[in-house]
Amino acid sequence: MSDTAIPAQTPFRLSMLIYDRRYRSLTFQVIVFILVMAFGWWLISNTIENLRVLGKDFNFGFLFQRAGYDIPQPPIPYTSDDTHLRAAVVGVLNTLIVTVLGCIAATVLGVIVGVARLSNNWLFARLMTIYVEAFRNVPLLLWILVVFSVFREVLPPPNAFRGENATASMIFFDNVALTNRYTAIPTLGMTNDPGSLDLGWRITISWATIAFAVALIGGWLVHRAIANWAQKTQDQTGSRPTTWWMSLAVMTVPSLLLIWYFGLHLIPPEMKGFNFVGGLNISNGLVALWLALTLYTAAFIAEIVRAGILAISKGQSEASFALGISPRRTMSLVVLPQALRVIIPPLISQYLNLMKNSSLAIAVGFMDLKGTLGGTTLNQTGRELESILLMMGIYLILSLIISAGMNYFNSRVKLKER
Amino acid sequence: MSELHAETVPFVRETMLPPAPPPTQEAGAVRWLRTNLFSGPVNSALTILGLLIVWFLVNHFWNWFAHSVWNAGSLSECRQIIIDRWGEGSTGACWAVVRERWMQFTFGFYPSGLYWRPTMAFGLLFVALAPVLFSESRKIRRIVLLTAAVLTLSAMAVLGAPTHWFIFAAVIFIGATVIAEQNPGRLLIFSLLFPFLGVWWLWGGSLWGPIMALVGPVLGWVAYRLLGRFSPILAGIGMILVPLLWWIFLAGDAARDAENLASLAIPAVASDRFGGFLLSITIGLSGIALSLPLGIVLALARRSDMFLVKTLAVMFIEFIRGVPLIALLFVASLLLNYFMPPGTNFDIILRVIIMVTVFAAAYMAEVIRGGLAALPKGQYEAADALGLDYWKAQRLIILPQALKISIPGIVSTFIGMFKDTTLVTFVGLYDPLKSMSDAVRASTDWKGIYWEPYIFVGLIFFIICFGMSRYSMYLERRLQREHR
Repeated sequence: MSDTAIPAQTPFRLSMLIYDRRYRSLTFQVIVFILVMAFGWWLISNTIENLRVLGKDFNFGFLFQRAGYDIPQPPIPYTSDDTHLRAAVVGVLNTLIVTVLGCIAATVLGVIVGVARLSNNWLFARLMTIYVEAFRNVPLLLWILVVFSVFREVLPPPNAFRGENATASMIFFDNVALTNRYTAIPTLGMTNDPGSLDLGWRITISWATIAFAVALIGGWLVHRAIANWAQKTQDQTGSRPTTWWMSLAVMTVPSLLLIWYFGLHLIPPEMKGFNFVGGLNISNGLVALWLALTLYTAAFIAEIVRAGILAISKGQSEASFALGISPRRTMSLVVLPQALRVIIPPLISQYLNLMKNSSLAIAVGFMDLKGTLGGTTLNQTGRELESILLMMGIYLILSLIISAGMNYFNSRVKLKER
Repeated sequence: MSELHAETVPFVRETMLPPAPPPTQEAGAVRWLRTNLFSGPVNSALTILGLLIVWFLVNHFWNWFAHSVWNAGSLSECRQIIIDRWGEGSTGACWAVVRERWMQFTFGFYPSGLYWRPTMAFGLLFVALAPVLFSESRKIRRIVLLTAAVLTLSAMAVLGAPTHWFIFAAVIFIGATVIAEQNPGRLLIFSLLFPFLGVWWLWGGSLWGPIMALVGPVLGWVAYRLLGRFSPILAGIGMILVPLLWWIFLAGDAARDAENLASLAIPAVASDRFGGFLLSITIGLSGIALSLPLGIVLALARRSDMFLVKTLAVMFIEFIRGVPLIALLFVASLLLNYFMPPGTNFDIILRVIIMVTVFAAAYMAEVIRGGLAALPKGQYEAADALGLDYWKAQRLIILPQALKISIPGIVSTFIGMFKDTTLVTFVGLYDPLKSMSDAVRASTDWKGIYWEPYIFVGLIFFIICFGMSRYSMYLERRLQREHR
C-alpha cells in the first residue's frame, strides 16, 4: 500500500522548476513572457528614440487636416477640401465595394467552373481545367496589369463613339460603352423622387433605397414564415401545400409596385461633346481590378467547389434515389448540405484573400484604403508610422468582421454532432 | 419431362455463334464522341459552346502568334518586318524583346561581368537540394544532377566565368554525383553550407563574414560540451547564449580583422542592383527555407497546453493573416527603421525577406495545425505510452505524419509566396513582372510593348509554380504508406 500512497512532500528545490513536470510549463511560460515583453519594450523604446531624433511626435491629429487631393468617383460626397479622415473613409468604402462585387462575381463564376470541371463533357472540362491552372499559377498582379492594359490599349477612346459613322459601337442595346478611359453604364432615374434621408456627415440615403430594402427583407421574412407553415402542415398531414407561387409573389410584388410607384427607369449614357454623360462612367481602374480579382479568385473557388462535391460519396445520392427522392430534392436536401460543410471554411479564406488582394489597387490607380490612407495621405503628411499602423488596424478589423460573419454562417450549416 | 421438352423446342443450337462486332455507334471514335461530347442536349450545347470559345481564341490570337518575330532591334523594326512579310495591316508578336532583354529579365541590373556568380549559385542549389528533394530515386537524382551540371557549366563558360571558379563548380558537381551514388545523405553537409556560400556568391564581399557567422554554432556546441560536465541547465543556456554573444559583439570585428590578415573578398554587389527573376528566386527560396521551420514552431505553439504561449501564437498568426502583404512590405520599407536602434540601416532585400517569411509562416502554421488536428488521437497517446518526451514524440511520431498530411497545403503556400514576390515592386525593388517590364518600356526602342513581356514573365511563373504543384503530387505518392 505504501507504494501507491502519495509520496512524502519533498522540500522545494530550484532545479524542480525545470525537472518537475508540475512546474516546468510554468517556468517556460514565464520565460517566454519575459522575452516577448522585453522584445516589445525594445521595439517601443527604439521607436520613441527614433521619433525623438527625427523631431516627430506620434499623434493622429493629421486626420483632421485638409486632405487637398481629389478622389475620382467617391461613394460618399468628398472634395479636396475635406479631411484626411474622410478620405480614409472613402478608401475603406472603395475597398469594401471592390470586395463585395468581387466576392459575388467570383462565387458565381467559381461555382459554374467548378461544376463544369466535373461535367461529362470532355472538351468543356478540359477548357475549364486550362482556365483554372492558368489563373492559379500566375501572379495576380500580372492579371491585373494585363486586364488594365487591355482596357487602356485595345478599347477605343470615347470620341470613337461620336458622329454618324462612328468606328465603335455600344453593347447591350446601346446601354454600355467600353472605352479606354472608363466604362459607361446606365444609371437609375425616378420620375417620382421621394427625396433622401440625411444621415449626417453629408451622407444621404434615398428613401427609395430604404423602401426597396424593407420590401426585400420583409418579403424574405414572409417567405420564411410560409416555408415554416408548409413544413408544419407536412408534419401534421403528410402532404406539403404548394407554396412556390406564394413565395414568388411576396418576394417580387412589393418591389414591382415600388418600381411602378417611383417610376424607376434606366438612363442610358449618351454621347455629348467628347464624353458620355447621363449614365455612370466607372473608371477602368475599378473595372479592371474587379475583373482580375474575380477571374483569379474564381479559379481558386472552382477548385474548392470541385473538391467539396467530390468529397460527397456517390452512395449518398444513390441512397437518396433509392428512397424515392427526386434528383432536384436530392441535390438540395442530401448533396448540397454535406458539400457546403466542406466548401465553406476554405471559401471564407478565399473571401479574406480577395479583400486583402484588393490592396493591389495601387497598380491601377484605384483609390482604395491603400491608395488614400496608405498612399497619398502618407506621402502628403509624412506620418508613415501612424498611417500604416492605422491602415493595418482597419484591414485587421475588416478581416475579423468578414471571418466572424462567415463563421456564423458556417456554424449554421455544419454537421450537428450530438 | 425431357420428351415434352424436346417437342416444344424445335431447334437447339449446338455451336456458339462467332461474336458479332459491336454496332458502329458503340465502338471507336463514334462511341467516344457520343459519350464524351454529345450524350444529351445539354452536353451537346456545352460542346458547341466549347468549340465557339476555342474558335474565338484561335481566331483572335493565332495570327498574332504565327507572325512572331524573334530577330529585331526595336519595336518599330519588328513591326516593319511583320508588315514586309505578311502585308499591310497584319499584326504579330514581337518576341525579339525577350531575346534582346533576356539578361535584364533574368538578372536585373546585376553587373554584367558577374552574371556567372548567380548562375553558379543557382546551379549548385540543385546539389544542395539533391539530398532533400531527390534522395529516394537514384534515376531522378542522376538526371537532375547531370542536367544541372551540364547547363550550369555551359552557361558559366558562355558568361565568361574565371577559370578557377569554373573548375571549382565542375569539381563540386563531379564530387556530388560520385558521393550521391554511394550515400546521398553525405551531401547534407553541402546543403547546410549552401545558404552561407549562396549569400556570399550573390552579394559578394568577404568570405570571412559567412565563416564568422558559421563559427557561432560551433562555439555553441563547444560551450555545450564543456558546460555539460557541470550541469545540463548551464549547458543549455550556454548553447544559446554563447553564439548570440558571439554574433552580436565579436563576429563583425573578427571578420574585419581576418579580412585584413588574409583577404578572401570577391567584388561586392549592392542590393539595388538585384532584379528580375534573380530577385524573385532569391526572395522566394529564402522565404520557403525559413518559413517552414517558423511555421512548424508557430503551429506547435498554437496547439500547446500552455495558455500564454498559445495566446501569443494566436495573436501573432491572426494579426499577420489579417493584413495584406503589401502593408507588411511597406512596414519593411518605411517602418522597420523606426523599430531598430537609431543608426541601424540594414539591407532592403533582407527586410523584405523577413516580412515575406513572417507572412508565409503564419499561413504555414495554419496549414500544419490542420495536419496536426487531422492526426488520430491514438498517435499522441501511443507516443506518450512509449514514454517519449514532448520533443521526441513530435520529432519521431507526430510531425512526420502531420507534415505528410499537410503537403498539398504547404506547397500551395509556397506557390502563393513565390507569386507574391512580384509585389516587391511597390517598395522599389525590380521584380520581373512590373518594374522590369516598365524598365524595358522606358527605352525608346521598346516603347509601347505590353503583351510580350507580360506573356513571357507569366509563362516562366507558370512553369515554376505548376512544376512545384506537380512535385507535391509526386511527393504525396512517394510518401504514401497505407492503402497500397
